[in-house]
Amino acid sequence: MTTQAAYTDGTLVRVEGLKKHFPVGGGIFHRTKSHIYAVDDVNFAIQKGKSLGLVGESGCGKTTTGKMLTRLHDPTGGHIYLNDTELGQVDLAEVKGAQLKTFRRRVQMIFQDPYESLNPRRTIYDTVVEPLAVQGIGDLVEREERVANLLDLVGLTPADTFMFRFPHELSGGQRQRVAIARALVIDPAFIVADEPTSMLDVSIRIGVMQLMQELAEQFGVSYLYITHDLAVARYMCQDIAVMYLGKLVEMAETEELLAHPLHPYTQALISAVPIPDPRLQRETIDIKGGIAQPIDPPAHCRFYDRCPFADNFCRDNAHPPLEDKGDGHMVACYKV
Amino acid sequence: MSVATTTTSMRIIEPLWRVRMRLAWRSFKNGWDIFRENPVGLVGLGMIVFFGLMAVAHPILMATVWPAAVYDPFIGHDRDIIVHPAPPTWIPNAAQEIVSLSPLPPLRHILGTDPLGRDVLSQLMYSTQSEFALGIMAALVTVIVGTTLGAVTAYYGGVIDVLFMRIADVMNMLPFIAIMIVLSSMFDFQMLHLAVVYGILVGFGGNTIVIKSQALTIKVRAYIEAARVAGGSDWHIIFAHLVPNLLPLSFLFMMITVTNAIFIEAVLSFFGLINIRMSWGIMIQVTQAAGYLLASWKYWYLMFPAGLSISLLCSAFYLVGRAMDEVVNPRLRTR
Amino acid sequence: MSLMLSVHDLTMHYRIRKGDVSAVDHVSFDLAKGQSLGLVGESGCGKTSVAFTLMRLLPDNGVIKDGYVMIDGKDIVAMDYTDLLKMRWRKIAMVFQAAMNALNPVHTVGQQIAEAMELHLPNLNPAQMRERIAILFELVGLEPTLMDRYPHEFSGGMRQRAVIAMALSCSPDIIIADEPTTALDVIVQDRILKRIRELQRELNMAMIYISHDIAVIAEVSDRIGVMYAGRMAEMADATDIFAHPSHPYTYALMGAFPSIKGKRRDLKTLPGEPPDLLDPPPGCRFHPRCPYATDVCREKQPDFMPVDGVMRSDLTQGHYVACWHPLKGVTL
Repeated sequence: MTTQAAYTDGTLVRVEGLKKHFPVGGGIFHRTKSHIYAVDDVNFAIQKGKSLGLVGESGCGKTTTGKMLTRLHDPTGGHIYLNDTELGQVDLAEVKGAQLKTFRRRVQMIFQDPYESLNPRRTIYDTVVEPLAVQGIGDLVEREERVANLLDLVGLTPADTFMFRFPHELSGGQRQRVAIARALVIDPAFIVADEPTSMLDVSIRIGVMQLMQELAEQFGVSYLYITHDLAVARYMCQDIAVMYLGKLVEMAETEELLAHPLHPYTQALISAVPIPDPRLQRETIDIKGGIAQPIDPPAHCRFYDRCPFADNFCRDNAHPPLEDKGDGHMVACYKV
Repeated sequence: MSVATTTTSMRIIEPLWRVRMRLAWRSFKNGWDIFRENPVGLVGLGMIVFFGLMAVAHPILMATVWPAAVYDPFIGHDRDIIVHPAPPTWIPNAAQEIVSLSPLPPLRHILGTDPLGRDVLSQLMYSTQSEFALGIMAALVTVIVGTTLGAVTAYYGGVIDVLFMRIADVMNMLPFIAIMIVLSSMFDFQMLHLAVVYGILVGFGGNTIVIKSQALTIKVRAYIEAARVAGGSDWHIIFAHLVPNLLPLSFLFMMITVTNAIFIEAVLSFFGLINIRMSWGIMIQVTQAAGYLLASWKYWYLMFPAGLSISLLCSAFYLVGRAMDEVVNPRLRTR
Repeated sequence: MSLMLSVHDLTMHYRIRKGDVSAVDHVSFDLAKGQSLGLVGESGCGKTSVAFTLMRLLPDNGVIKDGYVMIDGKDIVAMDYTDLLKMRWRKIAMVFQAAMNALNPVHTVGQQIAEAMELHLPNLNPAQMRERIAILFELVGLEPTLMDRYPHEFSGGMRQRAVIAMALSCSPDIIIADEPTTALDVIVQDRILKRIRELQRELNMAMIYISHDIAVIAEVSDRIGVMYAGRMAEMADATDIFAHPSHPYTYALMGAFPSIKGKRRDLKTLPGEPPDLLDPPPGCRFHPRCPYATDVCREKQPDFMPVDGVMRSDLTQGHYVACWHPLKGVTL
């Protein structure tokens, strides 16, 4: 898996140079003085039928990246190439107006909070049918059937008992299943899942994750799975990309990344994850300091201040580019 | 396999509209159960029902028992009584007080007559209709204007936000009474005109600001983002998501507006500032113009019923509004 | 080992309009000096309710129906309010979840810690108070100069440390930590977990650590208590409970946590949902979801019995389970 792969080899989405900069201050009467570099020059690709995990701590830009893929944020720069069987190749970063609305059929999103992502005043039916209604797909009967279909598929059976309930009558796990149904109802090519299980109870989490995997296989949907939990990413994704302060620092196949992390941040991150077994010990790799705000960052490596291996070379040069260290294992570090 | 080609074993039997009606009925019943537990709300509702009956009863009485010559609220005049205003005819010592040509049945004038010889009760009941109309019309205008504006300014922000907030500031600063005097002198003002003007002034004013801040909290919820990801246009999001979630708050404003509108009308009529033909405020104004307002308690029937009606109807809507607060805001419900 | 805390048959209900929610039902455990107990379970299992009951910080509609809680030989369930105030924070203190909510935004952090200390250490003058706060800050890893700053000037991890400092301010014998690291990033969480464990050992405090995350519990606890639907399902030493889980829920719970170490194993779902505690199922509360349930499980509530059959004087040792058919010989 490389970022230069042509889309004929099964790549579904290819992100190149994606940027999102938020101005700080400013407004109608003041000039903007500085920017938050929330996402800065990110490149990755998602394969058809596979899922990519986007992992990092808060403020690393993973959620912003996910939102750019669904155009909830408009990218400041870069390209998002979608290779679609019907629409051909489209740069999602550039489309507008009616074309944007059409492309929205291909990319959907599942949100983190099952309590907030459903409108409390609308029935489950209304919520799941909304994409169909807004996109003008099917007539009333067809839509009802499709919704009933999907409720069955996500495990909310019998569908007619759930269709006309309100969100507050459902549990968190059930609500998240509704969100999954809504994401799937217009037959998307890929889904951005923003921490979909982090607010669910543990025993419910597995059910939802397994459901997402089954549906991915059944309908050929790929996921961009955003999470801070490496263990969950391991379970759900074939490939993992690690972000830090707006930049991608490492990307590889899941087992390879976890077994041989090359970037110092990834190593620290993996060493900090608690292990659900008191018989196994772990050694934390200590990195100093905390996560900074990505406001007007310096030109050198973003991890320089905290890296245990950093030296003058790291300080005097630009942020290292992502390079293939063999077998598709990409790392952005001068010391590897 | 695509989502579109999978099938389900479920056959849709019930048409959608019937389901929606069933759901609406269920949520209404729910709301009623909660409302019912609050004595405050029931008192208010009772009073509204009472006044409603009064309003409905008037045309019935006029058509059946009450001859128009005597009981018409504008031009009626009881020729059997020589001196007007006359006290209520059922009071025990009335015979001494009323100078009349012949003995009168006790129910002739239940609340007496006004200085122009018109039956007080008839005026009271007749005015009830327009008071209701005034209140509800003002409330509707306020809600429609305030909710739409609040949602739109919150959603778009930027220039639109600044523009309407400045308009709201201006509206808040305007001297309402002065405007009413001016408008009243230029046009023939009736209750409905007053209702619309009042509704617009309030709707563009403080109402919008409060609803807008509520709309801002809704705008950032995840389901709004989900609607956008689905491809929803701005108008779809505003009217399908924002406005329905704002309606509970708007509903409360509605109740308060009814109260204020009725009261403002009474004040304006009392000072003779607007030329409405008949209302509770006009009844008091007529009393005052004829010099009987602060005369003595002897003429209590001239102002007390009208004044009490104003107070009661205003309070009634206010109480209902307070009780509805619990219904529309689930967090306020006592566990 | 001296017994610091003894909880026996603790039962607590929340009174709501529809009825009584049986939030904590006949929960028993003991804690020795310097011992750390991890209470793990999903939302609604009662672990936070137990914590609030021990601190007697229940809301108005929380009623203790049964049981006793002995701290230092005194039953705090029966205690009156003045004695309770003396005991709270001095003997038993709490680190709350969501530190931002525990800190008042209009006072400096130092002021808030001083407030906690004023009641219990009235002999300190302001200068001594500040010195003590400085020591506390250093203990939790904060710069002492930060004591004059406001909570919004602190980062998430720093706030959590401040709340820990507040809990430690009166040198309590028992400390309850209610999901202190849930809202924090992984690396910060790791540091704070380590610090909490170190502090607990250094100061020889008894600790109850509450979390839904079994990985965190595994790292921080000497003993682990698994709660389900208001009851204690299983309790044992940490290594023991992982090596030989006896309650089907414990086994299912452990099988539901993905791990980054070891083989990527398939995770098993647990069908169904936790019961509604307004109307809990009769008998064992886990029976609707248990693959091994039999008639006796549906009718009679199982007692909390030692797995090896040996009755001990207190619950600070040994492996206990509340199940009619405890699992034998299973490992993960």
